[in-house]
This record gives sequence, structure tokens and C-alpha cells, in this order.
Amino acid sequence: MNDIKERKARLQQLVADILQEAKAQGASAAEAGVSSDAGLSLNVRMGEPETIEHTRDSGLGVTVYFGQRKGSANTSDLSPEAVRETVRAACNFARYTSEDDCSGLADAGLMATDLPDLDLYHPWEQSVDEAIELAQTCEAAARDQDSRIVNSEGASVDSHAGLHVYGNSHGFISGYPSSRHSMSCAVVGQDGDSMQRDYWYSQSRRHEDLETPEAVGRIAAERTVSRLGARRIATGEAPVLFQADVAVGLLRSFLGAIRGSALYRKASFLLDHLDQRVFPEFVRIHEMPYLPRGLASAAFDSEGVATREQDFVSDGILRSYLLDSYAARKMGMQSTGNAGGVHNLRTTSGSLDLQGLLSKMGRGLLVTELMGQGVNTVTGDYSRGAAGFWVEGGEIQYPVEEITIAGNLKEMMLGLQDIGCDVETRTSVQTGSWLIDHMMIAGK
Amino acid sequence: MSDLIQIAHETLLAPTGLGESDLDRMLGELVGGGIDAADIYFQSSRLESWVLEDGIIKEGSHSIDQGAGIRAISGEKTGFAYSDELHLTPLIDAARAARAITRSGGAGTVKVAGLTSVRQLYQPINPLISLTESEKVELLRRVDAEARKQDSRVKQVMVSLVGTHDVMMVAATDGTLSADVRPLVRLNVHVIVEQGERREQGSSGGGARDSFQFLLDEERALVFAREAVRQALVNLEAVDAPAGTMPVVLGPGWPGVLLHEAVGHGLEGDFNRKGTSAFSGRIGEKVASSSCTVVDDGTLPGRRGSLSVDDEGTESQNTVLIEDGVLKGYLQDKHNARLMGVESTGNGRRESYAHLPLPRMTNTYMLPGSYDPQEIIASVDKGIYAVNFGGGQVDITSGRFVFSASEAYLIEKGKVTTPVKGATLIGNGPEAMMQISMVGNDLALDQGVGVCGKEGQSVPVGVGQPTLRIDELTVGGTGV
Repeated sequence: MNDIKERKARLQQLVADILQEAKAQGASAAEAGVSSDAGLSLNVRMGEPETIEHTRDSGLGVTVYFGQRKGSANTSDLSPEAVRETVRAACNFARYTSEDDCSGLADAGLMATDLPDLDLYHPWEQSVDEAIELAQTCEAAARDQDSRIVNSEGASVDSHAGLHVYGNSHGFISGYPSSRHSMSCAVVGQDGDSMQRDYWYSQSRRHEDLETPEAVGRIAAERTVSRLGARRIATGEAPVLFQADVAVGLLRSFLGAIRGSALYRKASFLLDHLDQRVFPEFVRIHEMPYLPRGLASAAFDSEGVATREQDFVSDGILRSYLLDSYAARKMGMQSTGNAGGVHNLRTTSGSLDLQGLLSKMGRGLLVTELMGQGVNTVTGDYSRGAAGFWVEGGEIQYPVEEITIAGNLKEMMLGLQDIGCDVETRTSVQTGSWLIDHMMIAGK
Repeated sequence: MSDLIQIAHETLLAPTGLGESDLDRMLGELVGGGIDAADIYFQSSRLESWVLEDGIIKEGSHSIDQGAGIRAISGEKTGFAYSDELHLTPLIDAARAARAITRSGGAGTVKVAGLTSVRQLYQPINPLISLTESEKVELLRRVDAEARKQDSRVKQVMVSLVGTHDVMMVAATDGTLSADVRPLVRLNVHVIVEQGERREQGSSGGGARDSFQFLLDEERALVFAREAVRQALVNLEAVDAPAGTMPVVLGPGWPGVLLHEAVGHGLEGDFNRKGTSAFSGRIGEKVASSSCTVVDDGTLPGRRGSLSVDDEGTESQNTVLIEDGVLKGYLQDKHNARLMGVESTGNGRRESYAHLPLPRMTNTYMLPGSYDPQEIIASVDKGIYAVNFGGGQVDITSGRFVFSASEAYLIEKGKVTTPVKGATLIGNGPEAMMQISMVGNDLALDQGVGVCGKEGQSVPVGVGQPTLRIDELTVGGTGV
């Protein structure tokens, strides 16, 4: 623990030096971030270790302002010469960029002053052999689960721990250590001519919070086998239930549309929708930056602005955009502490689990996988490849693949019937399964 | 010593006082004791990017990334470690960490030798200094002005200019010593147009392994601006795309992303060694209609996806993947080639020194056929003509792929008619390839903006194809 405190002090000093150097080179304001991370990534396949990677990454990024002109530079080399050269490069760029009224550091009054320990640092003291054994257990659980599991892409264990420090010339300098561990497994199933692959993973700040290797392997195998014999369905309209892990993608698309950078460019289908209904009344979407061990917990954003508990949507009404200080100034508003993204987002969840939602839907499509990039944030047009299951009478009938689902996000959001209590917790944006009243399905 | 190796020495080794004997010593740590192969990859990469938005130069940034990655292979096992410090001690530490996949220590000697003459597909230049900063800024402003003057409905123009100067050197226990200097430039234009309440977007861009002058030649940058606006205006008129299975005609050039997704990934050596691809074990079988010949060609001079040597020091090749519909070969790096008992095809690529090499595509395209493109369109009674795409994705095990159109039209009674909103096309690789019934005589390659992602690693690639007709493909619109 002393070691990490020492390293943190060293990185804080480095940030202070960078800011000092920027000032010495004539910058009127500057900000810098430094990070350093080390870890182990390994993969076991068919029972044998396949790749063992020792990772060690460090980097610094600096942005300087000469009045309203801005320049930035970054490097993986933290030596004093490289730092000076990097600051010089940033200052050089600031000579050629334009005056921009909205550019600059975040307002000094918004800097975080309350910096609680969010319990994000739990390094995993394990040997390479122990990690290999864990991955082997995980993969074996998947391969032993069902005789139709005929091949494997393997099981992986990843563990990383590091430090991040940010500072700016308002006098704000702060940083914190964090860790992140994950375990995943992907296997191939075969039944006759049908070959399918699927995976499962678990991720957390503390390795004790990971699902057991047996559970990860078993779920990966169950998901794979359940897809065997998938067929296409006829083109037509139907209700669609997005399983929690893919519903997260819909929530992210919504966030993309209320992000300041999309709004000031008029590149969002939610332009001018503040205080308007965008979801049914039961929906609340709120941010919780201070969750202990949360995957996206942080007391300050990437500009040093204090993060806050806030609602983006309540009673189905859009209450706030998602802004950093640049976008906020562009729009005559104030930063919402979201430079760099959101910090643990959660939606309302109802009382029904996935089975309950299937019953509620009755007849329709359960989507468990989405493919491709067919989301247009400017228009809300949505058309993506999908796989999942056809549902009749609230029961899964057979697996479905090679179809697309299409609609418009604005209508899909308003057509949201329910959100399940089966909340996906492995991501920084969390929600349960989403039942949408209807979408166009293209198949045979 | 060849010129390239000389440059790489001066850029990568000399600044920290590393020399030939240190290379030999590091490799010496990596031989013997059950290690079959090992390599050290040194890299220095400088990237510069500029962004124009709202008519002003909003951002300029510079990035320096350098280090060395060390890999040791024993059977199917790979150990890997890297260091961003190009000093002997951390490099020896990394070598020992990488070789820890076997229990015994290393004790051997390796003598590397550079290829005497490597065919160079691009000049070993630093593109970042090919224009002055003022000239780069001026280029961005001209592109912005060109886009805005096309039409008063243009409301937003974003232009980005990126240049990379990449110097690499790889030394391996098989005696390989190879180096490359890889310039890469790219310009992208993105516009938003507005008409009443309706807003749409369009984008275009291009680049090459060349200096920034490439973007000025033939007014290329201005052509991209005009093209982005044209595409956005077409989308203002677009109606809902139909939903269902129908004939699809794909235009020449960038729609070749179809081949990248439907064929290319499934033919990468790693998936086929493991037997997880829909194409596994099918060499010699018919996997596409007889009119299809598909190649992966890393040897095209100056192309974005081209490489004089790959990241393992193997000279790039023109590899035939499918010939007259019959599967001919896979794309190999050294590791998978050795395990499958074949030769590397020069497709071992990595995002950087901090990533492991994988079998990857370079420029993947279909050779031209005999049909006039107009004849192909005229053959369709009711279908879709898709000419521009966003990106794609493939599940190599089931063969399912998708790609999303950013510019497409209805074909009605043999004529291209109304534009339709971005529809996603979905199919199964081997099945869709069998459905290709007409191949045009108008082969075109893309303009040089492609990025391919695999296992979290991004590398620049190229695609291309002539106009072609797929008899049945599922179109994912909302209309009927």
C-alpha cells in the first residue's frame, strides 16, 4: 500500500512538473493526465496455455491554452526529455489552431473538492500458474457441460491495476489507483451442419466479486448450445425483447444522442428535446458516481469537475444533457461533470425477470445478440443484424439468426413497455431487459 | 546493411546506445530450452492530427509512442512482454518474462542478417514534415470552404487530417532482421445538412502511404468534400428502405467491405488452425460462385493496406484466396503457418509493439468479370443498389456477416430510382458468395480510409471490387 502511495506522489509530482513546464513555455493555462498500469492477460485453449501477456503501459497527455487557442500532445515515454518535448509539441500546435471562445479549462468553481476513497484498488496477487489454473477450470466447465461443445476459443483471465492522476493550472491535482479483473470463455458448439459460437464473461474491481470460473464456463456453454439449429424467420412486425446485455447498447445509443458534442453539431435526433417526453413515464435514468467499487466510479471527471448524482431522465422526461465544459459553453449551459463519459448509469427496473417479460410479450422476438453499426445518431434510424429466439405464448420456441431489426430510436424509446429486474451489472451503464412494443424484422 | 535497417537503427537503437551485440544478446535469451521461435519488434510511431469544425481549426495534437515487444513461442504457447523503454535492462527483463512459458532458461546464440534487397512499396519518408503547419491549416480551410460552397443546406463541416510516421525493426531467432519506414496519411470530411426539420449526414475521405501532397494532388481533398455533401443531400431525399430478401447490386470500390467480412476474416490462419471458422478444412471446395476470384494483395504500391514487409519481416504477397469460386488458401503469419505446416503469406500484422501479431488482411478485393455495370443493374426487377457503406462485422464461426449502407437506392424494373435510408444487409458468407451471379468489368479499390479491428487491435486495410449482383440478400429496412 505504501508503494502505491509513493507511486501516486511521484505521478502527482510529474503532473505538477508538466504544468510548470507549460507555464514556462508561455501557456496561459494547461491541463495534464498521467497514467501507469500493469497487468497480466492470459488465454487457455483446449486445456493448454495459449498466450501469456505481461502488460505495462504508461502515458501522459497534455493540453495547453494560449488564451483561447489550444494544442495537445501525448507520449508513452515519461522521461524528463520526453515530457519537455511533448509540452513543446503541444505549445507549437497552439500557434496554429484558431481562437475559440468556448475553449479553455473547466470553470475553477466546478473543481472537485470532496475526494472520497471509492475503494477501486484491489490488486490481485496471483501467480501466472494460479491464473492459468483458473482459466483451465473455466474452459473445462464449458467443454464438459454438453457433448455438443466440440471446440473452443479458450478461456481468458485478465487482471490490471494502475494509477491515474489529473491536474490543471487552477491548482487542481488529484489521482487514484484502481484495478479491474475479468474472466471470460468462448466455445464452439456443433449439431449436424450448424456451428455456433458464444461467450460469457465476468468483470469487477475486486477479484473476489467475479463469478466462479465454473459459472462463467457453464453459461458460455449454455448460450452456445442454445443457438444450435438457429433459423431465419419471415419478414414482419413484432414486439422485440432486448436481453439486458444488449439493452445496454440501446441505453448507450440514447446517451450518444444527449451528448453535448452531438447536440452542438446538430447531429442528434434529440436536439431541442430538453424537458420533453422521450421515454414512457415509468423511466428514470440516473448517474451514481460514488458507488464503492463501481466500474465507472469517480469523484471528478476528465477536466477535474466534481461528478454528481443526477437524473438524465425522470418520469420519462429528458432532464439534462450530458456535457463537458466545451459543449456546455457552446450551448450556453454548465458542465454536468461528464467530460470523458458517464459514471455508473442505472435505469429504473420493474418487477419482472426475463421469464416474466417473455410472458408479458407473449409472441415476439427475444434478441440476445446485435451485429453491425447501423445506428444513425443524427436521424435515430436504427437497423442492425440480430440473433436470438422466437417466442410464442411466452415461451422460447427456437433460436433465430441472420435477421435484421429496424426502427427509429425515438419511437423505440417511447414504445418501451417495460424494463426487467435482470440488471446487467458488468458494465458502467446498467439496465435490465427492454421490451419494445414493435419493430420491423427482416428475414426470409 | 540496407538503407531501411540503417534508418531503423538510428531511430530505434542509437538514441539509447543499443547496438548489434545487444540485439544478439536479447535474442540469445530467447533460444533453447523448448522455445521454437521468438522475435523482438522495435517501433517508434509519431502521429499528428488536426481537426477543423465550425470553420475554425479546433484541435491539433501530436503523439509519440515507442517501445519494443518480445515474443517467445513454444508449440502452441506464446509468451509476450513489452517495454516502452528502449534500454537493455528492461528489454532483457521483458525477454525473460516472455520466455517464462517454458521452465528452462535460455542459452544460445543467434546471428541475424538483413534481407539484402527488399522491394519498397512506398518511400521511407516522414509525412509529418511534408507540409508546413500553415499549409496543413490552409488545406483544412480549403476543404471546409469547398464543402460549404456546394449547397446552402450544409450546416456543419468537420474535417480531420491525420499523418503517421512509423519506423519498425524486427529481429527473430530464425535469423530474420528486417525494417520498414511506413508513412500513412488520411483526410476525412463529415457534413451535416439541414432542410426544414430534417437533418442528414454524409462523409468521405481518403489516404495512402504517402506524403500529405497526395491529398493535394488531383484536388483529392476537395473531391472528398464535394462527395461528402453529395452523399448527405442524397440522404435528404431518402425514403425508408424495404425489409426482406431481394437481389442486391453492390457498387464498385468501398462495398468490397463485403469481401472483407464475408470471406476475408473467415480465411485468416488462426481461426482455421483452430477449426473455428465456417471455412475451416474446406480448401479445394467450392465456396463461391464460379465468377468469383478474390485476392489479398499487400503489394500494391502506396496503398493504405500495403506493406513492404509485414510485422514479422516477411515480404508481403498477392495471395489468391478464392479462384473461380474454389477456396485456394488462407492468410498466414509465421506462428499459424508453422503449426499448419505451410509458409507465411506475409500477413502477420500487429497494431503496435504492445500487441501480438495475428494473421490479418492487407488489401482484399475481387478481380473484375465481364459484365457492363449498367447491364447488371438492368437485370434486376426489384432490389437494392448500394454504393456506400459504414462498416461491417462478421461471426466467423457461423459465417454470418452484416454491413450497413450509408448510400443506397431502390432498383425498379432495371432502373436505379429513389434513395433509401441506411439499411443493414445481413447474410451468411459462404451462402452469399454462392449467390453472386454477375461480376462487373469495373474493378475499383477504395480511397484509403479502411480500419480493421480484430481482438482489440486496429490496423489499416484496403478493400475493392467491381460492381456485382447478389441474387438474394436480406435487407433490413422498415418499409415493405
